[in-house]
Amino acid sequence: MDGVHDMGGRPEHFGPLKPLDPAEKPFGEPWEGRAFAVTLLANRAATASNLHAFRHALERVPEKEYLADYYGRWLGSAEILLVESGLLAPGAVEARARKLRGEAVEDPADPEPNKPTMESGGGGNLRSVEAAPAFAVGDRVTTSSDAASGHTRLPGYVRAKVGTVTALRPAQVLPDTAAHFIGENPQHVYSVTYDAHDLWRADSEPFSLTIDLYENYLERAQ
Amino acid sequence: MQPGIDLALRTEALESLLLERGLADTKTIETFIGIYETQVGPMNGAKVVAKAWTDPEYKARLLAEGTAAIAELGFKGPQGEHMVVLENTPAVHHVVVCTLCSCYPWPVLGLPPSWYKDSAYRSRVVREPRAVLAEWGTVLGDDVEVKVVDSSSEVRYFVLPERPAGTESLSEEELAALVTRDNMVGVTKVSTGVAAP
Repeated sequence: MDGVHDMGGRPEHFGPLKPLDPAEKPFGEPWEGRAFAVTLLANRAATASNLHAFRHALERVPEKEYLADYYGRWLGSAEILLVESGLLAPGAVEARARKLRGEAVEDPADPEPNKPTMESGGGGNLRSVEAAPAFAVGDRVTTSSDAASGHTRLPGYVRAKVGTVTALRPAQVLPDTAAHFIGENPQHVYSVTYDAHDLWRADSEPFSLTIDLYENYLERAQ
Repeated sequence: MQPGIDLALRTEALESLLLERGLADTKTIETFIGIYETQVGPMNGAKVVAKAWTDPEYKARLLAEGTAAIAELGFKGPQGEHMVVLENTPAVHHVVVCTLCSCYPWPVLGLPPSWYKDSAYRSRVVREPRAVLAEWGTVLGDDVEVKVVDSSSEVRYFVLPERPAGTESLSEEELAALVTRDNMVGVTKVSTGVAAP
């Protein structure tokens, strides 16, 4: 889906880079480590650790909250996943937070659990696909110009551009269906390389951009 | 969320709700935090790089079958299902990003740093990588081919930086101490800490 998370090449996000700090610790504040662990456990409880459902929840965190803080974004996604799976009532976290700071607030009643399920071909995301790959190294490929309405790993900036297949990668679960629990729908995956001048303007810096795309995103370029 | 509920309080609230439902336990929470605070981080990737610099056969395996070669040193796990190693040379410079979220090769680099997760890096490096690298002091000549890699699938990319000149006498351990996460994402080159003549 289109949204704030799809940042590649979007000028509204341009600005000064954050400083490099090789000594930066994984968690700047103790709560960040707890938010990291609690979100992983929330996703385990809500979706059996469906990574694609987690990413899709991150994409649906309200824009202001998404941009404000990285682990804040994780907390937002954890709440979306827990509410959607019926493990927590909407507003339950806010009510608990107010209670913790001393307000007289009742916890909302828990809803009926409604955990989504999906048949899985095993752990992780790598799968085997019986059909032969549709494309080979050297093929010129493009994608649809349409934005997917749900989760996708096809960013806006490569949509409808023409690139060249430069490598075949291991076949993988398709995020677009797995995120919605429709099915794993494994696909061949290709590294596709674009010339910067085909992605951007003719006066762009010279460079190449390589991105991994799932077979069902691709069509042969004319 | 009401004003005045900060992220630390929100975390505490979520944690308490999960704990009382048996969906989380303190020991697992602390284990997850501890793994990324002490065991998994850029020091792992630095060992891979130092070994590749000193053992040509290892380097060949690393470039051919990254996942297996990295696992030889004991590094594997979440966000490292299939690793591809990109070699930087005087002629070719790779730099890695995830424009859609913040995918990062956890087993070798740990959790991503602030700058990698930030909007400015995610938006700009696929549009003007030379300007991005130069802003961090990595100025590449016009003769260097710049290759940007956007981690959009479950393949994770890891940059094997160039070994700096003047390090011939260093041990593998001393070499590993020179390598930073920034080198292994491809935003800086390895520095020996000694100013160039």
